[in-house]
Amino acid sequence: MWKFHKWFERHSLILIVGILVVVSIGGLVQITPLFFIESTIERVEGVRPYTPLELAGREIYIREGCYVCHSQMIRPLRDEVERYGHYSLAAESMYDHPFQWGSKRTGPDLARVGNRYSDEWHRAHLVNPRSVVPESVMPPYAFLARADLNTSLLPDHLRANRLLRVPYTDEQLANAATDARAQAEPLSSNAYDFEHRYPGAASRDFDGNPDRVTEMDALIAYLQMLGTGVDFETYQAEAPENTR
Amino acid sequence: MTYEQAAHFAQTGGLVLLAACFGLATIYALWPGNKQKFNNAARSPLENGDDNG
Amino acid sequence: MAVDAGVQQGAGRLDVWAIGAIILIGAYLTLWGASHATDSRFAIQMWTALVAFIAGAIALFGVLGRGPTADQSSRYENGVVKAGVVASMFWGIAGFLVGVVIAAQLAFPNLLYFEDWGWTNFGRLRPLHTSAVIFAFGGNVLIATSFYVVQRTCRARLAGGLWPWFVFWGYQLFIVLAGTGYLLGITEGREYAEPPWYTDLGLTLVWVVYLLVFLGTIWKRQEKHIYVANWFYLAFIVTIAMLHIVNNLAVPVSLGGWFSYSLFSGVQDALTQWWYGHNAVGFFLTAGFLGIMYYFIPKQADRPVYSYRLSIIHFWALIFLYIWAGPHHLHYTALPQWAQTLGMTFSIMLWMPSWGGMINGLMTLSGAWDKLRTDPVLRMLVVSVAFYGMSTFEGPVMSIRAVNSLSHYTDWTIGHVHSGALGWVGFVSFGALYCLVPWLWKRKTLFSNALVEWHFWISTIGIVLYITSMWVAGIMQGLMWRAYNEFGFLEYSFVETVEAMHPYYIIRALGGALFLIGALIMAYNLWRTATARDPAHVRATDIPAQAVAAE
Repeated sequence: MWKFHKWFERHSLILIVGILVVVSIGGLVQITPLFFIESTIERVEGVRPYTPLELAGREIYIREGCYVCHSQMIRPLRDEVERYGHYSLAAESMYDHPFQWGSKRTGPDLARVGNRYSDEWHRAHLVNPRSVVPESVMPPYAFLARADLNTSLLPDHLRANRLLRVPYTDEQLANAATDARAQAEPLSSNAYDFEHRYPGAASRDFDGNPDRVTEMDALIAYLQMLGTGVDFETYQAEAPENTR
Repeated sequence: MTYEQAAHFAQTGGLVLLAACFGLATIYALWPGNKQKFNNAARSPLENGDDNG
Repeated sequence: MAVDAGVQQGAGRLDVWAIGAIILIGAYLTLWGASHATDSRFAIQMWTALVAFIAGAIALFGVLGRGPTADQSSRYENGVVKAGVVASMFWGIAGFLVGVVIAAQLAFPNLLYFEDWGWTNFGRLRPLHTSAVIFAFGGNVLIATSFYVVQRTCRARLAGGLWPWFVFWGYQLFIVLAGTGYLLGITEGREYAEPPWYTDLGLTLVWVVYLLVFLGTIWKRQEKHIYVANWFYLAFIVTIAMLHIVNNLAVPVSLGGWFSYSLFSGVQDALTQWWYGHNAVGFFLTAGFLGIMYYFIPKQADRPVYSYRLSIIHFWALIFLYIWAGPHHLHYTALPQWAQTLGMTFSIMLWMPSWGGMINGLMTLSGAWDKLRTDPVLRMLVVSVAFYGMSTFEGPVMSIRAVNSLSHYTDWTIGHVHSGALGWVGFVSFGALYCLVPWLWKRKTLFSNALVEWHFWISTIGIVLYITSMWVAGIMQGLMWRAYNEFGFLEYSFVETVEAMHPYYIIRALGGALFLIGALIMAYNLWRTATARDPAHVRATDIPAQAVAAE
């Protein structure tokens, strides 16, 4: 009787199998249901894949570690909704590889920062945060305005995303680099094609420097689109398909 | 399997399974016949492998 | 004796050739990467790795030249454990220092940010701090102690000839690549899983070898029973391997660049990440260090563990429950609510095995409490268990949805993490290192017990300052965010809550600085212990088995 536990004590491989079984059950039971994706993510209008410039801006956001101080996840609590806007939907980060919900608000939530401030404000704030918010503890990012954006790899970025089922078209893939420039140079000859390929995406000179497309352009383009996709005038939070 | 089925299993079957496994481990640990063995095991790092002079 | 040495030499050669092949392949791949690099950041990483591989190859030729030399003065392999002790102390101080710097940055942003040095910004240094303390300091402590403990409790020499050294140096290379990468801006953008895809792959190889070395030693054991500390180490190694592989699945943009896109997105990625993140706490920072507790406290107190039965229940209950707790990091988010509830339920249940373990550690001292007065090392170990009890009580409380709605996103979480990290992981590691240095360097005692007292008290005051300031700051922050004025409007703008943190950020930085000072005192003490000119203090078991048999 009870000899079975001797296996664990005497046979390290069986101990390992035991450990693996125990720790796998939790993960399998908890995580796998979420991959039956349909009812995990609400069906909403307006969430679109990032434009190449926004994707480049997102890479800079990750690179600079913005996520360690800023969340992108508004909880359905009264004060949060009043401070930041409608609570975040799962659908709004469905193209986020990786997610950037964050875990700490040393600075405010950014899930709906898009169109809240002017480009000029973002520029001044990123160059020297304390010039516009004296009490801020945020680091300065002036160097972004001096760094030319490397657009040559953007087709590869879109391709990697498409491999992960982000719906980019062949045309978007082929023109990723020119589209990135066109979004920051609204007067250029490619601007029309860009607007055609990404309807609704804002196209302007984000960094206020018409001579160059910089990393500042990309980061501000990304920040200015955050949380602007879904039209909450028409979103029915209580509809059966949206309650989980 | 649908999402509902998977979620339902997570909330029922998975829990029962784990509770059963844990019950077995507990019974084993408390089984009277194993007492001496465990006492020996507990002393094992202190005996002849002793490095603490 | 001669036969034994011959076998060892043969095995040693095989190791040398296999490791040589890995170095050669690694050098080729990094050279390929450097020449196909699409950006300068990736190129720097590849050149760094190439230099490491060349250094490794030179060292290997050295080994080949003089033949594998096992230290015959001991029946156990001590060299790699000694190296792990030194590395732990080095990375510990580096990690604590970066922590003090970033704490000071939040307290004095005007003084400590430099416009032209983006690599010194908080966002890049913070992953450097967390990875340095968790993976570099904690990881080296775990590798060193597990190699020490598994040999003693199995009464067998470490398996694999040169492979333990491969694990040690491979792990250091992982740390250097990850750390320098963070400064360059190379990150995967998920907390505690920030190293890039190629570093993740390298670590996977090192980790598999680590598991095999550990298992190989268990297979060679001369004891029937596998001592419980090894169970915890084994659960740590196996589970971390699983978590690491699943959470880091990603598609690189190109083989010549550092950036990759995680396989999962949005809500699935969030759950996978916090399944990983919380179990990095559960299996790296808890199970592994409980292995230390179950060996070093009985050893230093010279008493068997309070209840071996409890340790078995503790083990299974802990690994049963921990794996489910991740979703408490995602309360009130877009994660489906049933998963949040499951996470909360298991987190609360986790309180019981955690305290079972704490009781087991503390009660080992029963009947010998007076040793706490006279032995500061034992006191450090025991206080670490008390901190473990404290943070494993606070954790379940914070996982309750209502509490979490206040505490989440605030500095309360930071305080909670540090009561576990500084109090539990830090102190239990310090205690183990204070034990190991005299044992390994064959000294009768530490250089100075008085300095251990100083370390203990300075660090304890530092921890208290840290966690109380973050506790007050976090709760205040949470309350200010949700405060309404008489007209029904939010009372505070966000930046007013930032301003209110200022005094607490200063106190926190001070607490961190005290903890760092304590660690510097420790490093000095250990250095003087190891380099003392006393005659070697020979312990019975250090004598080779053959020599014992001959007597």
